[in-house]
Amino acid sequence: METIWFVLVASMLAGYAVFDGFDLGAGALHLIAARTDEERRSLLESIGPVWDGNEAWLLAAGGTLFYAFPLLYASSFSGFYLPLHIVLWLLVFRAIGIEFRMHLETPVWRDFFDGAFSLASILLIVVFGAALGNVMRGVALGADHFFFAPLWTDFKPGGEPGILDWYTTLCGVVALVATSVHGALYVTVKTEGPLNARMRAVVRRLWPAQAALTVLAVPATVFVRPQLLDNYRATILGWAIPVLVAAGLGGIFYFTRERQERNAFLSSCLYVAATLGGAAFALYPTLLPSSGDPANAITIRNAAAGSHSLSAGLIWWSAGMAVACGYMVVVYTMFKGKVHARPGGQS
Amino acid sequence: MDDALFIHRFHFAFTVTYHYLFPQLTMGLAPLIVIFKTLALRTKNPAYDEAARFWTRIFGINFLAGVVTGIPMEFQFGTNWARFSQLTGGVIAGPLAMEGVFSFFLESAFLGMFLFGEKRLSRMGHWWAAFLVFAGSWLSGFFIVAADAWMQHPIAYSRLPDGSFQVTSLWGVLANPWAWIQYAHTMSGAVVTGAFAMAAVGAFYLLNGRHADHARIFIRCGVTAGLIAAAFQIFPSGDIHGRYLARHQPVTTAAMEGLFHSRAGAPVVIMGQPDVERQRIDNPIVVNDALSLLIYGTTRAEVAGLDRFPKQDWPTNIPLLYFSYHVMAGLGTLFVALMLAAGALLWRGSLFRTRWILWCLMLACPFPYIANTAGWLTAEIGRQPWLVYGLVRTADGFSANVSAGNGLFTLLGYMSLYALLSLFVLFLLYRLIERGPAVPESTPATVSGGIA
Repeated sequence: METIWFVLVASMLAGYAVFDGFDLGAGALHLIAARTDEERRSLLESIGPVWDGNEAWLLAAGGTLFYAFPLLYASSFSGFYLPLHIVLWLLVFRAIGIEFRMHLETPVWRDFFDGAFSLASILLIVVFGAALGNVMRGVALGADHFFFAPLWTDFKPGGEPGILDWYTTLCGVVALVATSVHGALYVTVKTEGPLNARMRAVVRRLWPAQAALTVLAVPATVFVRPQLLDNYRATILGWAIPVLVAAGLGGIFYFTRERQERNAFLSSCLYVAATLGGAAFALYPTLLPSSGDPANAITIRNAAAGSHSLSAGLIWWSAGMAVACGYMVVVYTMFKGKVHARPGGQS
Repeated sequence: MDDALFIHRFHFAFTVTYHYLFPQLTMGLAPLIVIFKTLALRTKNPAYDEAARFWTRIFGINFLAGVVTGIPMEFQFGTNWARFSQLTGGVIAGPLAMEGVFSFFLESAFLGMFLFGEKRLSRMGHWWAAFLVFAGSWLSGFFIVAADAWMQHPIAYSRLPDGSFQVTSLWGVLANPWAWIQYAHTMSGAVVTGAFAMAAVGAFYLLNGRHADHARIFIRCGVTAGLIAAAFQIFPSGDIHGRYLARHQPVTTAAMEGLFHSRAGAPVVIMGQPDVERQRIDNPIVVNDALSLLIYGTTRAEVAGLDRFPKQDWPTNIPLLYFSYHVMAGLGTLFVALMLAAGALLWRGSLFRTRWILWCLMLACPFPYIANTAGWLTAEIGRQPWLVYGLVRTADGFSANVSAGNGLFTLLGYMSLYALLSLFVLFLLYRLIERGPAVPESTPATVSGGIA
C-alpha cells in the first residue's frame, strides 16, 4: 500500500513538472525569445488559460504528499524552510507579473511585469531543480527525522550540506536548460511566425547542452550517492527508464528537425516524466536520504499515514483525479490550436 | 523558545488573516454573480449581464490575490508547524488534500472560462462556468473549515504510541457537527462581505449620480442578500455555534464573555474592558441573566466562569479574545439593523433617494471584513492554549528546527510582499470602479482573462 502511494506522489510531482514545467520554461524565455509586445502577448496568451490549472498540480501534489506521508511533509517542508518560502514569494511575483501586465498599458509597467514574470520563472526552475538535487543527495537528518538546511555552507555535498552545493547547483542548471527547451517546444506548438521560429532556434541551440548536462548529471549523482544505483542493479527492468529518457531526448531532436511540433513537445514531456521517474525509482523505498546515519532516513515505512487513510484515500483520490483529468481535457480541447495575438494596444 | 513560538504563531496569523480578506469577498460574490447571470438568462435584460460582468472583473482580481496568498497557507503547516503536521497529518491532511484534488482543479479549470470565455461559450455554458467556480470556491471553503473544525472538536481518530493521530473514519471528520455549524456561520459571513461590497459600490454610484440603473441593481441585490445573510449570521448559525461552543469549550465561552466568576443568571456584557489581573470588567454595561438564557434557555441556569478551570487551560490572550468576540457580535448586530432599515426603505420604494442611508451603506463596506476577521480571531484565540482542543498544546506544535530568526525573516518578507500586493489590488479595484459597469465587455478581467 505504501508503495502505491509512493508511485502516486511521484506521479503527481512528475505531473506538476510536465504541466507547470512548460509554462515556467516559457516564462524563462519570455524576455529573450519574445521581443515585441505582440510576441510577448502571444506567449502569455499561449499559457494564459492553463497556467493556473498547472499550478494546481503543485498544491494537489503537496496535499497528497501530506496525506500519504505526514512525516515527510513535516520534516522536508520545515527543513527546506528558506527555499520553500522563497518559492512561494516567487510564485506570487510570477502571478502578479502575468496577470497585472495587461492592466497597466504604459510601456514601463509592461517591461516591469515582463521582467518580474521572467525572472521569477527562471529562479523557480533553478530552485525546483536544486530541491530535487537535495532529495537525491540527502540532508543532515537527526535521529528525530528532522533537519534544517541553510541556503549554502561550503558548497560541498558531504557533511553538513546546504541547499546549494556544486551538485544541487548542477541540478538547478540541468532543470533550467531542460525546462526552457520544454517551454520553447510548447510555445512552438501554440504560435506562428517569428516567435515560433525563434523558439525553434532556442531548442536547436539548447538541445546539445541539455543532452550533455543530462549525461553529466548521471555520474555526478552516482558520485554523490552511490546507493542510488542499487535499485537499477537489482531490477533489470529499471534500465527501461534511462532508455525512455534517451528516447525523449532523441525525439526532441528528430521531431524539431522534421518540424513536427506536437511530437517534439510530447517527446519533451516524456523526457521530463522519465527523468523524474528515474530519480524516484533510484530513491525507492527512501523518501528523503540522510547524509549522515542511514538509520535517520525517511522511508515509505516510517513516514506513511495509517492504513485507513491509505485505503480510503485510494478511493477518493482516484475519483478526484479522474474528474480533474476530465477538466483538463475540457480546457485543453477548448483552447487548442494556435493563438493569434491581436496587434496593437489593449487586447 | 518563547520567541520562536510567538513568531510562528504570528507568521500563520498574519498570512492567514491577510489571505482571508480575498476569499471572503469572492465566496460572497460568487453566488450573487450566479444570481445576476440567472436573472440575465430569464429576463433578457442586458443590465443584468453588465452587472454580472462588472462583478466578475472585481471577482477576478480578488480571486487572483486569494490564490497567490492561499498557496503559502497550504505549505505553512509543514514549514512553520512541522511537529503539528507530523502528529496530526494522519487526520487533517485528509481535508487539505481533498481540497487540492477536488476544488483547485475544478476552480482553476473553470475560472478561465468564467472570466473570459463569455464569447466562446453559449449563454448557458457560461452560466455553468460561473456556477462551477461558485461551487468550487464553496467546496474549498468546506474542506478548510473541516480541517479547522477537527482542531476545535477532534473526533474519529485513534492515537499511536508516539502520540500521533490516525483517522478512523474520514467520513467522520467531514461529518463533524462542528464543521457544519462553523461552515454555515463562515459562509454566511462571506456573503455579508460580498453583499455589503455590492451595496456600497451601488450607493457610491448613486451618490455620485453615475450609472444609476446598474447602481439600483447592485443595491437591490446587496441589500436583499445582505439582510438575509446578516440575519442568518445571528440566528440560527451564530446562536447554534455559541451554544455548541459553550458545551464543548466552556472555558472559551467564559473568556469571550468576560465571565470571571461562575454564577446563575449570568449577564451578557455589552461594553467594558476585561481586567484579567483583578478578574473583573471595568465600566461594564451588562444585561443581567441574558447569557444563561442564551446558552441554556433559562435565566436561572448557572454558567461556568473562568474560576472553574485551571489557569493553564485558560485562553492565552483573554483581552484580545474578549474584544474580538465583542467586535464581531456588535458589528453583526449593527449589520442587521442597517440592512433592516435599508430593506424597509427599499420595500417602500424610497431607498434610492434617501441619501443618509446610501451614505451608511457606502461607509459600511469595510466593516464586514473587520467582523469576519474578528470572528476567526475569536475561534482561533479561543481554542488556545490548544492546537487540537484538549489534546495538543500550541507550544508543542511549531517547527522546533526553524529558529526565531529564520521565522522573522520570512514573516517580514510576507509583510513586504503583501504590502506591495495590496497596492496593486487596491489600484486595480479603484480603476474598475472608476470605469464603472457600462464599459464594453472586452475590458480585461484578470487571471488569464487579461490575456485574451
